[in-house]
Amino acid sequence: MATGVPARAPIRWQVARLVERRVETPTAQTLVLEVPDWPGHLPGQHVDVRLTAPDGYQAARSYSIAGPVVDGPGGPRIEVTVQRVHDGEVSPYLIDVFGDGDPVEVRGPLGGWFIWRPEETAPVQLVAGGSGIVPLMAMIRSRRATGSKVPFRLIYSVRTPTDVIYADELRRRVRDDFGLDVAYVYTREAPEGWRGEPHRVGLADVNTHGWPPDLQPLTYVCGPTGFVEAVADLLVGLGHPSRRIKTERFGPTG
Amino acid sequence: MGIVSPGFQGRPRSQEPALPPGQYLTEDFPVLSAGPTPRVSLDTWEFVIAAENGNEFRWSWQELMALPQETPTVDIHCVTHWSKLGTTWQGVSLDTLLDGVDTGAHFALAHSYGGYTTNLPLDDLRGGRAWVVHTFDGAPLPAEHGGPARLLVPHLYFWKSAKWVRGIRLKTMDEPGFWETAGYHDYGDPWREQRYQGD
Repeated sequence: MATGVPARAPIRWQVARLVERRVETPTAQTLVLEVPDWPGHLPGQHVDVRLTAPDGYQAARSYSIAGPVVDGPGGPRIEVTVQRVHDGEVSPYLIDVFGDGDPVEVRGPLGGWFIWRPEETAPVQLVAGGSGIVPLMAMIRSRRATGSKVPFRLIYSVRTPTDVIYADELRRRVRDDFGLDVAYVYTREAPEGWRGEPHRVGLADVNTHGWPPDLQPLTYVCGPTGFVEAVADLLVGLGHPSRRIKTERFGPTG
Repeated sequence: MGIVSPGFQGRPRSQEPALPPGQYLTEDFPVLSAGPTPRVSLDTWEFVIAAENGNEFRWSWQELMALPQETPTVDIHCVTHWSKLGTTWQGVSLDTLLDGVDTGAHFALAHSYGGYTTNLPLDDLRGGRAWVVHTFDGAPLPAEHGGPARLLVPHLYFWKSAKWVRGIRLKTMDEPGFWETAGYHDYGDPWREQRYQGD
């Protein structure tokens, strides 16, 4: 039937093991998974994670991959950052129960649209809401790892300073990764000494901390639906063509 | 069955209605879109079926609303693993729209305001299984969910139900759409878990 569609090899489920865990915030943790047959991925892609109960019941969710593949002694490793979803089925297990060396099934890489290719030459603006930072962090990490000189600007909206995922690393990268700028927007509570009131990302934030449309940047927006809708509307209003704006909306992924 | 995850129980099974494999139930209505939400004025809105022989069939908003309306209540399944049961829509059956369209095509490419495309076998748009809908839960369909009008093809994964639908091109050859080109399955049957190419 698929006359015009090239055949592709199936992407198979494979067994990964937890080799490391990092606490990012009170509600988010990074899990480092060893995946022996991982084929590699592009920044922005995601992976499906599947859990199986003793009676055969299964639950699967998609998670963004947080950075480039890391070579470990037992094979390639990938990182996912999991935000706890209240009343969730999968994220509380991954954060509270899933233990060192435990197996889990993964499938990927998945998604061929919300990706940044290191050979791109256009300036990049990233707009993250909450845990929407994860695939954008993968782009920031990949930029440095591949030696890309493309200028990046990140606008990162969080509720409070303690909700910043990758806080220390972002501070370090702003210092060391030449051409990376990071601006924060706090929606509930700003840090001590912050100028301005907590607010949602608005026209002024995007205008001040993003790239002007004349530079023809590539834009990636990731976060909860309402956040992405609002930011994408602002960007279109500022004159960025829709086709240069890629979005990923986080639904419930518990 | 996959390998057992130590200590994983999952939600109580008795509460789970029959869902396609790998899906979980949500009460929310999540959004999956690749870019900004297009805003389409009803004054200029139109829906066009273009047959492979060059014939075109057009409906303005008023003309669409004047056609016989149906109110399907259906389950929807998104490839990102959520399912939503018993959603109620209002719109026009593709059977109505395709009535009188003379075609020998086997394939359809739906296209949208904003540039989105998705491909389906033409047969899947027939037989009371597909609609152009403009109302969700008794209210006008919000733009982020595909308003003013979207395709509704609930027996396939929800990316086939093109938001902001503008028309359908009938084709003799299958042509992959937006997500299909990006690695998603050409057909997308949730009950056979056809998420990605090769599934």
